[in-house]
Amino acid sequence: MATQLHGHLNGAAPTEAAAAVLETALLDEVAPAQRVPGGTARTSAAASAAEDGVVDASAGGDATAGLAVRVRGLRRAFGDHVVLDGIDLDVAAGEFVALLGRSGSGKSTLLRILGGFDTGISGDVLAATRRSVVFQEARLLPWTRALGNVTLGLSGKDVAARGRAALAEVGLAGRERAWPVTLSGGEAQRVALARALVREPELVMLDEPFGALDALTRIRMHALLQELCRRHRPAVLFVTHDVDEAILLADRVLVLTEGRLSLDLPVDLPTPRPRTGPAFGALRARLLRELGVDEKAA
Amino acid sequence: MTTAQTTAPTADGRPSAVGAAPPPGAAVAVRAPVLEDPTRGRRSHDGRLTVPGWVRRLSGPLALLAVWWLVTGTGLASGRVLASPLAVIRAARQLAGDGELTDALGASLYRVGWGLLFGVAAGLVLAIVAGFFRAGEHLVDSSMNFLRTIPVIALLPLIIIWIGIGESAKIFLIAIGVVFPVYMNTFAGIRGVDLKLVEAGRTFGLGRLGLIRRIIIPGALPGFLVGLRWSMGVAWLLLVFAEQVNTNTGIGYLLTSAQGWNRTDIIILCLVIYGVLGLLCDGIVRILERSLLSWRRSFTGT
Repeated sequence: MATQLHGHLNGAAPTEAAAAVLETALLDEVAPAQRVPGGTARTSAAASAAEDGVVDASAGGDATAGLAVRVRGLRRAFGDHVVLDGIDLDVAAGEFVALLGRSGSGKSTLLRILGGFDTGISGDVLAATRRSVVFQEARLLPWTRALGNVTLGLSGKDVAARGRAALAEVGLAGRERAWPVTLSGGEAQRVALARALVREPELVMLDEPFGALDALTRIRMHALLQELCRRHRPAVLFVTHDVDEAILLADRVLVLTEGRLSLDLPVDLPTPRPRTGPAFGALRARLLRELGVDEKAA
Repeated sequence: MTTAQTTAPTADGRPSAVGAAPPPGAAVAVRAPVLEDPTRGRRSHDGRLTVPGWVRRLSGPLALLAVWWLVTGTGLASGRVLASPLAVIRAARQLAGDGELTDALGASLYRVGWGLLFGVAAGLVLAIVAGFFRAGEHLVDSSMNFLRTIPVIALLPLIIIWIGIGESAKIFLIAIGVVFPVYMNTFAGIRGVDLKLVEAGRTFGLGRLGLIRRIIIPGALPGFLVGLRWSMGVAWLLLVFAEQVNTNTGIGYLLTSAQGWNRTDIIILCLVIYGVLGLLCDGIVRILERSLLSWRRSFTGT
């Protein structure tokens, strides 16, 4: 699966590779998190698109082709407090999207909705079938060794071997039998990454995954994440409040302000992206302004 | 010293970096700190004296034994008030010799064993019902919290009327007492399982049964073991009461009859037996904890 995707993406335009992903999403399971204002679950994305008229009819059933996430008119309110107010969002397969926002702007809520944890929503939400999440705290089961945490919920003959391979990929070969309490923060987050990747996801959602790590560990985790994404090419939705981190990693940066996506900024910088470069600085200034921070004061 | 340098105005007349905080003209002089050794001389040395842990743990009981010996040996307390350790050993050999001690021990262990078994099982079932199902919680938890406040001993008259004064009444009394600590702690353990872990488990494809097996049971285990340890103490306590009602065997029976015979040596022997049995039970739970909760690296005290 991963290699197949990789092959697709190497040469071709994102849409071509993505088509394979969406196919899986539509065939394997139909309603990842499809909801409409009335609350009835749809049986197919195509039907949903056609009925709503959101997408041009000529696009037909291919409205979602090449997408790992498709959100239209998403609204989430807790009582009178509207957290997400009409979100439209597309994430292409293999695309790395960073979602920035101040605390309380609704970033985590959006991620929880895409993860399927939050059902009190209205609007259309579609997400790739094979998706996994990396939380801010590693959320490893403390009573299960590293390998067991990676393979949690998987079944099959070669599960242990796949788990071992995933641990090796994040640089933790030989630590299969470690208890989570004995792992450092960075190591625990590596296990969490391995646990997300061993499922060969088409969409990986990361909720401030490196927020609790020290600066040095974070730099190493950035490199690891980039390498893993280069190899597996999942679509990534990366929630963070760190502007530099967003520019460093993402193909596209979104800013969420008071429940609306207020900025959608492509990052057309060649990698690696030195933080000191002028283009980097310009993007940083633009994003900080959008977030309401005076760079000089920051 | 450095004071003069750090607050000295720079060429343009403004205070230098160190003195930047106060407004010009109001610069506060840097105070010269008095230095001290933060440990204040209380340095710990690794190789100070390494007494093995078991020796240190034994030192308390051994000191108690020495005091006991001293008090009885010097005649401070007469044998009628407090038997000496030697007299207790003599009593133990005598009772063991005619088989009375083993009979009593067997009868008491039988009662406590069955009482614990039934009580722990019932407590567990109730905790699972209340912990896993919202309806179960409404049904079970409030009534358990109400019943818990009734002293178990106060149930004795009712138990005697219902079940009589035989073995089953004794086992029943112990079981009733054991239910509550097991229930309370296991229920708290189940409800204390981190919701974030449950969420993570769901994300990675665990079903209801998988969640229970992989997350909720291991998460509630520490609470259950606390309840188990507690319930063993309760079981021995209730045994003493249970064995004062129409018995002709058991440690409690031995204890009450020794009071009639004025034999403090036998009374103390019984107390020692209770203590040893309590320690054994604690040891069993400790071993259980060590093997089942090996993933924990908890604070062990300094």
